[in-house]
Amino acid sequence: MRWKKLTIAVDRLSSRSSVRHGIYVSALIAFFTLILLPPLLGVVIKSGAMYGVLGKSEIVSRALTAIANSLIIALIVSVLNLVAGLPMAWLIARGKSKWLNVLDTIADLPFIVPTAVLGYSLLLFWSEPAGLSAFFDGSVIPPGILLVALLHFAFSFPVVVRVLVGALLDYKMEYELASRTLGAPPITAVRTVTLEIIKPSIIAAFTLAFARSLSETGATMMVAGKAFENGAVFIQNMKNAYSASPPLVSQAEYEGAAAFASILLIALSCIIFAAIRFMGTRFRLSFQRTWPTTERKLSYSKAVITRNAITLAIFFLIVIIPSLFVALPAVEALFTESFPKALTGAPPWNDYWESIARSYSVGVIVTILDIIIGLPMAVVVARKRLGKSSSILNILVDIPIIIPSVALGASLRFFWKETLAYVPEIWLLIFAHMAITYPYFVRSMAAAIERISVELEEASRTLGAKPFGVFRTIIFPLTKYSLFSGAIIVFTRSVSETGATLAVTDLKTAPVVLVNWVKGGIPVSPAEVGLGCGFLIVISFVILLTLRLIVRGKGRY
Amino acid sequence: MPDVRLVNVTKKFGNVVAVDNISLHIRDREYFSLLGPSGCGKTTLLRLIAGLIKPDSGEIYIGDKLVNDAPPEDRDIGFVFQTFALFPHMNVWENVIYGPRIKGYDMTRANRIGHEVLEMVRLHERLDAYPNELSGGMMQRLAVARALAAGAKILLLDEPLGQLDAKVRNELRYEIRRMAKDLELTAIHVTHDQAEAMAMSDRIAVMRKGKILQVGTPQELYTNPKNLFVANFIGGSNFLEGYIIEAKGEAAVIELRGGLRFKAINRGMNVGDRVVLAIKPETLTMQRHGRSGEANLFNGIIKRVTFEGTTIRYEVELENQDTVLVVTPSLTCEWFTTGEKVIVSFRPENAHVFPYPEAGLRAEISVE
Ligand SMILES: Nc1ncnc2c1ncn2[C@@H]1O[C@H](COP(=O)(O)OP(=O)(O)O)[C@@H](O)[C@H]1O
Ligand SMILES: [Mg+2]
Repeated sequence: MRWKKLTIAVDRLSSRSSVRHGIYVSALIAFFTLILLPPLLGVVIKSGAMYGVLGKSEIVSRALTAIANSLIIALIVSVLNLVAGLPMAWLIARGKSKWLNVLDTIADLPFIVPTAVLGYSLLLFWSEPAGLSAFFDGSVIPPGILLVALLHFAFSFPVVVRVLVGALLDYKMEYELASRTLGAPPITAVRTVTLEIIKPSIIAAFTLAFARSLSETGATMMVAGKAFENGAVFIQNMKNAYSASPPLVSQAEYEGAAAFASILLIALSCIIFAAIRFMGTRFRLSFQRTWPTTERKLSYSKAVITRNAITLAIFFLIVIIPSLFVALPAVEALFTESFPKALTGAPPWNDYWESIARSYSVGVIVTILDIIIGLPMAVVVARKRLGKSSSILNILVDIPIIIPSVALGASLRFFWKETLAYVPEIWLLIFAHMAITYPYFVRSMAAAIERISVELEEASRTLGAKPFGVFRTIIFPLTKYSLFSGAIIVFTRSVSETGATLAVTDLKTAPVVLVNWVKGGIPVSPAEVGLGCGFLIVISFVILLTLRLIVRGKGRY
Repeated sequence: MPDVRLVNVTKKFGNVVAVDNISLHIRDREYFSLLGPSGCGKTTLLRLIAGLIKPDSGEIYIGDKLVNDAPPEDRDIGFVFQTFALFPHMNVWENVIYGPRIKGYDMTRANRIGHEVLEMVRLHERLDAYPNELSGGMMQRLAVARALAAGAKILLLDEPLGQLDAKVRNELRYEIRRMAKDLELTAIHVTHDQAEAMAMSDRIAVMRKGKILQVGTPQELYTNPKNLFVANFIGGSNFLEGYIIEAKGEAAVIELRGGLRFKAINRGMNVGDRVVLAIKPETLTMQRHGRSGEANLFNGIIKRVTFEGTTIRYEVELENQDTVLVVTPSLTCEWFTTGEKVIVSFRPENAHVFPYPEAGLRAEISVE
């Protein structure tokens, strides 16, 4: 009863344009001050240093090569992510088995593993004697470009699957059924109808994978080897060279190089994203070409089983097993004294459990805040509420995840720690996490809203719904799976984030503790590292699976 | 030739038996309607025929072919969805030639078909329009055109007129039927609107709670309902309760409430049976004067008069306090006014006698 009164009151409030504008304006202000400015300000302020290095052809050409590498890897990996992620999302969203909820949750796990740990895990699995290489002479895949690509594939795969599953669940099946009754085998129906209609989400998934591939630093460093550099690694290498004693490069060179690479990456990404959006709306996976016999063959029995088998094989062999490999020693550790020691919280586990609690609380708060300030933004972006500027806004939203995390960390530190030092540390942590998670939420949500026809909204308005009522009765029901997907990405990303955390605070989150363990900051055994990762993974798995079962409820449709 | 045959088909969703052991034969080139209240399983039955869902048990034949395992695209059907499901990213032309193109027809053939069907549904001047720019009636016609262009031999329509306003709906009734007939299609039309089913169909199956209660031509269902539900659902009926007090050969006498005597045609009833009479309001006549108190002639008072244009509808309270509805043509019959005393006469051949249902009369005719 009270709830009803509240919604009516909110509905009514929302019909006042001042209230509506107030919400949009607050969302915009929050976006600029909390999300966009902190990561960008540092880069902008140091941009002057860039001119200092422009004359140094050696640094410039090294930077350009690195950036080219970044773009090539990001492009290839994001495309492959889509190619492998679509059948996987398909299987999860359309399959009938209850176990798919479990599979769906497993798909989130690589996102839970702190990226630095993920890098270490892949390194162990692919390159070190402890992993696959035990069966071969030397490393199966030595550190270098291929391993970097594998790493990026692994950590972006969950995002792609998450965004696409959300889109497929929100999508109205009738279009596809209509296509089937018109004579299209399943694959043709998907290609000509479904993919067209969920295109905004496909673009969003691609954008997120691409951006993350450009910016991730910590894990990439671990698997890049000595010879290979992409943009992010280049900046980190410059930083390392500067902090070496004696410094190998000057501060001006480091800052200039970092600014140069960051700005170039941001600029190029913006151009690429704008181009993708522009082409995306024009380009059609046209049905002018059809391959009735081939597509029919691919649609049924053997081909489907083969497709699902390949999808799952890729998923487990390339994504899951390498990502969780680091936790493998945990299984052994279950039977040693490490396990009871861990559970009783003896050092170093006291720190660990405290950090776990901190990580999850921060994750929850960040998710809630992102939803609050991200939803209006998603509406603004998807519905072009600000006219022309909406398109610019649309691109600005992605910036926090394009900036290489070293540069991002430095910038966040500059903004939050050096400028606003009196803010409580825990809030610094929350704000920093919001900056890097916000784009995921807005991107996946805006894509979902974009797909709802404006007409539906108008229809509901003419039937007397107030703006918030439209959201409640039309937008929310039609996008709830995308909203949930966005929230999951935010939560998992926050729980696993390392670089930004280290940059702004001394508070230890779970990833910080684990990375410290992995790097030998304090003496722990591999079994304990495994256990540490294992607990994080298992707890997250249980949380996510529970949430998922609640959200999906009884009937899947 | 595409006739459709269902043999003992059942479909459950959890505990709900949406289609309950249905057997049905829909003939080639027949315009057939599935009629029943909302939730009775019409859509489910249609989707089973289309192959959009699979039966839990039973067989579905199209032509002579068992199609239980055939995917929808192999069934030669066209499905018109209640919400039309027009592809929002394609314009009128692209929607229409979708089927031919998907089937790999060459461009010339696809174009020819596209023009033909668009001509037929009078949309050839809106080729470039997108679905959201069309009116409801146009979207409906486009949905039909798209199904036809795909070469459907069997047209399945799920409440195709449900979203349209009354006037457009009436026009399209005839148009859709005419198209189906011109193209010699087998059409299966789902609706909850008995007037629509009556106007359009060669035969109708009346459904309730997953079962088919009666199949017949509109006339048969109207004049000879096999049970109380059909008597009520098709055209409405007056229901009078009573007991058989005489049963001799073809004739039976029923005592109604208040001791009124009703002569009816006996169909295997015995003395003492509790029965319900179902009588269509249009079969009753009224007079101001004349004999009364005899069988089938009852005194009554007009309680309410509704002028409906072509007909007038009277609520009449009989001497035993039962109320009946009398509907008369407005131009060829006498008019009566509220409060007037009248004599209502019933003809035995128009009164259908049913055993009193175990669950009660209300439950039996309810559309829940
Ligand atoms: N996909 C489904 N999942 C669960 N229950 C369903 C599903 N489709 C239909 N039903 C149930 O089956 C019954 C028949 O539904 P339906 O065939 O849609 O009826 P109609 O079209 O006559 O209104 C209803 O009780 C409905 O709730
Ligand atoms: Mg229905």
